[in-house]
Amino acid sequence: MSADIRTGLLLAWLVVAIVIAWAIVPWLFTGQDPISGVPAEKLQGPSLAHLFGTDAIGRDLFTRVVHGAVHSLSGAFVAVTVGLVAGTLLGVLAGSLGGVVDAAIMRLVDVLLAIPGLLLALSIIILLGFGTVNAAIAVGVGSIAAFARVSRSEVVRVRQSDYVEAAFGSGARLHSVLARHVLPNSLTAVVGLAALQFGTAILAISTLGFLGYGAPPPMPEWGLLIAEGRNYVATSWWLTVLPGLVVVVVVLSANRISQSLGRSR
Amino acid sequence: MNALLELEHLDIAYRTPAGVRRVVHDVSFAVQPGEVVALVGESGSGKTTTSSAVLGLLPSGGRIESGAVRLSGIDLAGWNDRRLESVRGARIGYIPQDPVSSLNPVRPIGAQLADVFRIHRRGDRRAVRGRVLELLERVGLDDPALRAKQYPHELSGGMRQRVLIANAIALGPELVIADEPTSALDVTVQRRILDLIDELRREHGTAVLLVTHDLAVAAERAERVVVMQHGRIVEQGTTEAVLDAPAEEYTRRLLADAPGLAEHEFRHPRPPLYLRDADVAAAENPFALVASGLTKTYGLGRGREPFRAVDDVSFRVLRGTTHAIVGESGSGKTTTARIVSRFVAPDAGSVEVGGSEVTSLTGAAKREFRRRVQLVYQNPFASLDPRQTVAEIVAEPLRNFGVGDRRSRAAAAARLIDRVALPAHLATHRPAELSGGQRQRVAIARALALEPELVVLDEAVSALDVTVQARILELLEQLQGALGLSYLFISHDLAVVQRISHSVSVMRHGRIVESGPTEQVFRAPQHEYTRELLAAVPRRPAPTREVFA
Repeated sequence: MSADIRTGLLLAWLVVAIVIAWAIVPWLFTGQDPISGVPAEKLQGPSLAHLFGTDAIGRDLFTRVVHGAVHSLSGAFVAVTVGLVAGTLLGVLAGSLGGVVDAAIMRLVDVLLAIPGLLLALSIIILLGFGTVNAAIAVGVGSIAAFARVSRSEVVRVRQSDYVEAAFGSGARLHSVLARHVLPNSLTAVVGLAALQFGTAILAISTLGFLGYGAPPPMPEWGLLIAEGRNYVATSWWLTVLPGLVVVVVVLSANRISQSLGRSR
Repeated sequence: MNALLELEHLDIAYRTPAGVRRVVHDVSFAVQPGEVVALVGESGSGKTTTSSAVLGLLPSGGRIESGAVRLSGIDLAGWNDRRLESVRGARIGYIPQDPVSSLNPVRPIGAQLADVFRIHRRGDRRAVRGRVLELLERVGLDDPALRAKQYPHELSGGMRQRVLIANAIALGPELVIADEPTSALDVTVQRRILDLIDELRREHGTAVLLVTHDLAVAAERAERVVVMQHGRIVEQGTTEAVLDAPAEEYTRRLLADAPGLAEHEFRHPRPPLYLRDADVAAAENPFALVASGLTKTYGLGRGREPFRAVDDVSFRVLRGTTHAIVGESGSGKTTTARIVSRFVAPDAGSVEVGGSEVTSLTGAAKREFRRRVQLVYQNPFASLDPRQTVAEIVAEPLRNFGVGDRRSRAAAAARLIDRVALPAHLATHRPAELSGGQRQRVAIARALALEPELVVLDEAVSALDVTVQARILELLEQLQGALGLSYLFISHDLAVVQRISHSVSVMRHGRIVESGPTEQVFRAPQHEYTRELLAAVPRRPAPTREVFA
């Protein structure tokens, strides 16, 4: 049983490693051009020459997915960073200062949680303007609330522990207790959440791309790829299904890794 | 052979991803009908594993590798849960260790007791209800009809343990396995629970397998003792034989370390300074700590009477001596310790350390005060940061006060680690790699780093095994002699207090009921409650020698 679990985890890491390699060195995986296609070969099904088939203007879909990795991944990375930094900062402040500050910050977070994620992201994009980075920031803002809640609860847990009191008892000041004891002991759960949010962010950015708020065509972003295939669902299933499967596999892998990070603490 | 329970060459192993780990080796002993057998050992000795194997309740991964578990001659080893159902509860009752987590918090206790009858299909609904009430009354709970409707959180620890006992004896089993049934309870409650088990045994002739780490409890209650260490039986025999003439070194050490069994001299303070040197005495304050009129009240919310945790408490600690505050849970002893170490502000009263008033200190002055009074916590697993190394933990107080530079602090940490008799190579280890006793030594080393005048020990040895506890007490005594430390020793364990303290205050319901030199309080207790506490300490019922002459 435990062997199966480890194989699953290994597979998840393998998937993430491959996708990261796609983002960094896409030319190692495919020799074709993601932007301009061969019109004569349009709408071909999956074959050895075109693993994922081709789209309406003859572009190789696999090449577009590989080259799209960099947009989707960097977007997810930006989103997670925004959420992680802002959310953890708010959570740690609330958890360690307590009292009025805690109440004020956490009510603000409650307000963020009350707004549906997609609506919040869309509103922020309207304010910031379209584009990959703005879509990523919008998704990141949506995850601030989750990070703030998790980090606050961890900080509160650690703050009540005997060793934090013992540190105060041996003359430590608030800032050194925070840096030396509270942060190192409360961030494990946050790291687990970051991996989970990475998967969610890929999904959210793809959603925004699908709706047309993210990367502009002909950029091969994953959500946009699925959106472009939408018109051909009836005739050319691979245009939506295969990029969709890639997104599903990557998100599942991120979840699996997050789970293992959360358990190992 | 007509033994009720017979274990024969029992081997138990846990299968983990890292491999098979044998935890119980070749254990054989028998329990005769109506007999009390105590299974004694320290944590990790395999005593709980052995007792849960009898009922087939080993944790996942645990397995009986070989050997037999015979109940009236029938081998239960290898039976599956379904077959064991006919034995569990019906023929063997089980009393778990922790009364807090062993009851379902969302169901009334009456319903939980009724489950036993329902599972074994004994009687219809009405009959079961009657039996439940009978049982609750039998285990000494007042107003059974009311209790049956109450939820576990409405009952005290002792009452919950009674419910679990009722559960174990519900179907009149021939054998009851009691796994540390009183370890989580106060000493007076412990006495009553053990008395109850004794009484039920006498009445119904039930045999009892009593699993305990406390040799004193075993000595007081059991007819035969089985001593375990590292998963093996070290020695077994009748209680008298094992206690009077222990054959093995390990048993002798256990006996010597058990605070309730070994006899220790009472400690007396050295002659005060003014008898040795009159001039110095004139200038010197003989007290390390003077607490007077301490009061702390906690509000319980609107419409409820506020709770007085500490009520007009006064005591004094002579320099270089140990003063113990002893009491049961809820007596306010920990709150008192926290007031003295300035983690809780009292509503009234004053604390003087070395002649200067400290209750009003705030900010930088309060921080400076930390150099003079240090607190050692009960739970060495929670009081050390899991991410720091031992050397970092010990040096942290020095770092906080900017004492010396990095190198001199490392040297100081090494000295302290040596001072508390820890091997030097542990300095780079993290707490998770240390045993409980080693961790508590680290906590003591940290407390000594700033060379405080007073060390407050809040149940500092309560979580440790008797032999480890004895070593820590020896260390504390030796440090006191070498460094002239004063201790405020908070404990619920009278045997430990008798051994370590020079003077003692007995607390109950937030008040000190009796106070004085340890010898006087223990030999001639004045207050009714002190007498009750002393009588409740498990002692060997030896007709030949009196513990207190």
